[in-house]
Amino acid sequence: MSNAIAIALKESKAYFSTPTAYIVGAMFLILTGIFFVFDITRPFADASVRGFITWAAFFVIFLSPLLTMRLLAEEQKLGTLELLLTSPVKDWEVVMGKYIASLFFLFATIALTVYYVLLLYVFGDPDTGPILSAYLGLFFYGAASLAVGLLSSSLSSNQIVSAVVGTAVLLILANVDRVANLVEGITADVLHEVSMNTHFLDFTRGIIDTSHVVYYLSITVVFLFLTVRSLETRRWR
Amino acid sequence: MIEIENVTKYYGDFQAISDISFRVEPGEILGFLGPNGAGKTTTMKIITGFMPASSGTVSVAGYDIMTESLEARRHIGYLPETVPLYTDMTVKDYLTFMGKIRGMSSKNIARRTSEVIDICRLGDYRDSHISKLSKGFRQRVGIAQSIVHEPDVLILDEPTIGIDPIQVVETRQLIKDLGEEHTVIISTHILPEVSMICERVIIIHEGQIVAVDKPENLANRLRGVERIELDVKGNRRKVLDEILSVEGVQDVEQTDTLGEGVFSYLVEGDVGQETKSKIASTVIHAGWDLHRLESIGMSLEEIFLRLTTSEEASKVE
Repeated sequence: MSNAIAIALKESKAYFSTPTAYIVGAMFLILTGIFFVFDITRPFADASVRGFITWAAFFVIFLSPLLTMRLLAEEQKLGTLELLLTSPVKDWEVVMGKYIASLFFLFATIALTVYYVLLLYVFGDPDTGPILSAYLGLFFYGAASLAVGLLSSSLSSNQIVSAVVGTAVLLILANVDRVANLVEGITADVLHEVSMNTHFLDFTRGIIDTSHVVYYLSITVVFLFLTVRSLETRRWR
Repeated sequence: MIEIENVTKYYGDFQAISDISFRVEPGEILGFLGPNGAGKTTTMKIITGFMPASSGTVSVAGYDIMTESLEARRHIGYLPETVPLYTDMTVKDYLTFMGKIRGMSSKNIARRTSEVIDICRLGDYRDSHISKLSKGFRQRVGIAQSIVHEPDVLILDEPTIGIDPIQVVETRQLIKDLGEEHTVIISTHILPEVSMICERVIIIHEGQIVAVDKPENLANRLRGVERIELDVKGNRRKVLDEILSVEGVQDVEQTDTLGEGVFSYLVEGDVGQETKSKIASTVIHAGWDLHRLESIGMSLEEIFLRLTTSEEASKVE
């Protein structure tokens, strides 16, 4: 585990010393800020984060692959993966280290949006429960998205390809419930349950349902596991 | 220290190396010589555990690289051909990180990073970003990371490629010095480098080992003859006749005229000290002055060409 921490620290440093992460983070804050303003300035708006957090989740889909694209793709491009994998480090430690770093940066970025919440408290009287559950949901949503992004980063040595593939997979995974409306029976149910957005809804309503938590954790674990396997097969290619 | 047994590697249908076996003893510097695409890098990637062999076993420091991979990897320092570096890190941070993921304690890391920075003469660039360093210095950082955790085994894939001549000399000296404490495998296709650095050479061609020996022996052994040069003062024709009649001498020719009745001769004869002694005593007994007698090896280029082209020729047949 100390190896994973060493890798996580190195990657965190890299996030804060390269412009990409700052630009991506800034874009996220600008976009969520705009939609926060839209949401609270419409007539009869309520003092909640519900509208804003839904948009935030939408932007996380684009943010996450941009944060993870570098992590494994660059290692492959520079050839440093060869050093990493010939060091006494287990493959899962590499993956965990990278993942933790991206998680940390994403959470830090999301944490900055707490500023909007403060504004709500200053100018209104929001209900604290739904705000907390919404943020919890967003964290889970982000955690799952980053795992998907990390897998796509392991598949290519090209960062752009990684980002595009990651975003595409996430868009499908998030919005597959829309397809559910077009089909019937068990297929519709499955598609509905697989969708990342379906499980997010309750969080924004102030409901913390274990099944949703389990869903996001499962997505995270499955995609991280696939990333480890993908690294392993790198050796065989 | 390193044992490779019957290792074969296929890339799809292409056989990159076929049934290679060799051992490297502790403290030895082994040269891995071969033209591009001979299978040097593939072999090194298998030894370091980056790639599995299609068949055969590799053990490093007594640990099997596949089944006891982590333990084996602890004993290996590796510099791949491409010199992989995190270009956005400083030299010191990079070395610290590499030390950490090799399981060193923070105290050890601090001590060793300044040590290897000294060894590799990177002192002025300690806090420079690696992206700003020239190729030669990057190469040194690459070597520094390979020794930072004090591994028993060092595997260097073409460590002197693409750097300027002065740095090449320095790097070679550095590797030689490292060879005093480490077991080293170095691959190269630069022939003089091998005779300068290595104690033993493996010549690999098209995935097969074609020769293993000390660089100086290789010349003699492969030809089956030894070449001796001597300067003798005396009648040229008589000298030629006398030397040719010596037991073990196969051929002799006069190569140079040095003046004052001294001529140079090139003798080809059986390998061994005996032939040389006999030639010397023959010359002395005949009453001629022996000015010089030395055996000269064949240059590695010659051996290399001979080996790899004869291989080629036998393929054609």
